Amino acid sequence: MKDFIRIRGVSKHFGDFVAVDEVDLDIAKGELFSILGGSGCGKTTLLRMLAGFETPTSGTIEIDGTDVTYQAPYDRPVNMMFQSYAIFPHMSVEKNIAYGLRKEKVAIADIDRRVDETLELVQLGDFRKRKPDQLSGGQRQRVALARALIKRPKVLLLDEPLAALDKKLRERTQFELMNIQDELGITFVVVTHDQEEAMTLSTRIAVMDKGRFLQIGTPLEIYEYPSGKFVADFIGTINKFNGTVKSVHEDSIVIECVETGASLAALGKHEVDVGQFVCVAVRPEKIFVGKHKPDNDDDNMMQGVVDDLGYLGNRSLYRIRLADGKIVLVSSQNRRRSAKRFLEWDDEVWISWRPRSAVVLLD
Amino acid sequence: MAASGGTSKDQTWRRVTIAIPYLWLLVFFLLPFAIILKISLADPVIAQPPFTPTIDEHGDLAVSADSFTFLLTDKLYAITYIRSMLMAGAATLLCLALGFPMAYGIARAVPSTRGLLLLLVVLPFWISFLLRVYAWMGLLNNYGVINNVLMWLGWIEQPVQFMYTDFAIFIGLAYSYLPFMILPLYATLERMDLDLLEAAQDLGASRTRAFWDITWPLARTGVIAGCLLVFIPAMGEYVIPYLLGGSESLLIGRVLFDEFFVNRDWPLASAVAIVLLLLLVVPIVLLQRYQARSQESAA
Repeated sequence: MKDFIRIRGVSKHFGDFVAVDEVDLDIAKGELFSILGGSGCGKTTLLRMLAGFETPTSGTIEIDGTDVTYQAPYDRPVNMMFQSYAIFPHMSVEKNIAYGLRKEKVAIADIDRRVDETLELVQLGDFRKRKPDQLSGGQRQRVALARALIKRPKVLLLDEPLAALDKKLRERTQFELMNIQDELGITFVVVTHDQEEAMTLSTRIAVMDKGRFLQIGTPLEIYEYPSGKFVADFIGTINKFNGTVKSVHEDSIVIECVETGASLAALGKHEVDVGQFVCVAVRPEKIFVGKHKPDNDDDNMMQGVVDDLGYLGNRSLYRIRLADGKIVLVSSQNRRRSAKRFLEWDDEVWISWRPRSAVVLLD
Repeated sequence: MAASGGTSKDQTWRRVTIAIPYLWLLVFFLLPFAIILKISLADPVIAQPPFTPTIDEHGDLAVSADSFTFLLTDKLYAITYIRSMLMAGAATLLCLALGFPMAYGIARAVPSTRGLLLLLVVLPFWISFLLRVYAWMGLLNNYGVINNVLMWLGWIEQPVQFMYTDFAIFIGLAYSYLPFMILPLYATLERMDLDLLEAAQDLGASRTRAFWDITWPLARTGVIAGCLLVFIPAMGEYVIPYLLGGSESLLIGRVLFDEFFVNRDWPLASAVAIVLLLLLVVPIVLLQRYQARSQESAA
């Protein structure tokens, strides 16, 4: 079923401040959808409107064909996992998890069975009698998840679900979340400021800034085909070359770079005019670096010196300074084992990339 | 580990810091208590001091439980204790009923106005307690503000007798001790994570349900602390019953005063004080246990 959640023209104003600005969004059933943005971009406000804690200033929200715009939180087929986890400190793990069912007046036997199942699902069976202050951060996160899942909501909202966990635990929990989502088929809407988290978890991502969506797409689309400079910068790192369009061809354009004077080719159909000011952007891992001039004449290439380098084990990061002082970031896999570094500080190098690797950004 | 082991100098300091509160308790609580106990076991005489010495002229121990026997046989004292307890209990409940919404309101106010509201709660302390009770006399008497307003509104034909009644004592106690209820309640309510209430609502609880499921149990420490802080001093209160109450409204604080200064029966007065203390020990121990437990769970 398409368009399980339909958000139409939703705005939220707090006094003069516009937190969410005329947003439209469709989320399909069973999706793991992420709303990604920096702090104050409006993502949490949007999530709270889905949960029913805020009422939109204008617009409508539909879930599974029902208009829930003005429904109270306790009437919505939606549950939320809070960033603070909001575990009731005076109740045991078991009681916390059972709370939602108890409010629904489910029969005691059914509650017990479902609590057992849910504890099993989040692997907390041994901790059911514990009080929240006797749990580790990871266990608390699971209690919060279990409590939100037990009512089998149509939509589960997760506010920064992994932000409070340390890195190793975060990676493991990420995959557990994906497995649980897959198993239960519940639609997940995740709000996060962590682009890596959004990339690994999500089927689709909406990048949000100043209360609006800048781009909605799969992680691959967002990374490889960012719609503008903000998205390109927000997700990963990217090198940007500003320039004017020199010529437009059937399936490529050529740009004259303002800073370096080099001619840069970018593949793809672009709605641009000759002389228009654009930006060519290339991800660091798509740039090759070497001491010799590359053979392939179709490649975009430039000369520079190694300004700085960082050895990360699996890959190395280079800051290459071009003739005019512009810095280009290059990330290169350390495929061969070697006692000596492949490049040293102040080495004169060539950098190059395929025309198909570059993105043309218009804004 | 320097922190756990510690040098001998550290040890000395630790002992000194622990000794100070114990010394304080010894000098200002245990010692006076021992003196009161000693007096309560003496017989009254017309002399200076007005009680017989514990060791008589033959060097023998001279104690008598007469005062306690009298206290237990005369029903008047039992009635007075019960009346005091009921009065203090009623005032505590009124303080809770008034104080909880006030503390809740302050805790949920914008942080910048919270300070101002708390200041307003403690502001009455800047005026003498006696003056404030006097002010209530002006409000409650037959031609006082309250009666005048009620008559002007046409709700009553002639003044209602508020002054010199138990009702006046009740109002006076509740008014005087309200801040002691509000402050501990505010402290617990202010600490509460508001996400908890949203989580409860998200899981299907109405606002009222969420209050009883989450806010109320989490405020329990504050409720208990506040109730004891009001109940304990209200129980032995003297000034308010004396100024606002009638001559027939017998409360223990007043009996205590009368025995000491009117009848000059120091042993009986001391016995009254000791029984009062024993009655209050139960709630005090409860308070201590509760504080210890809440500190434990906070750690």
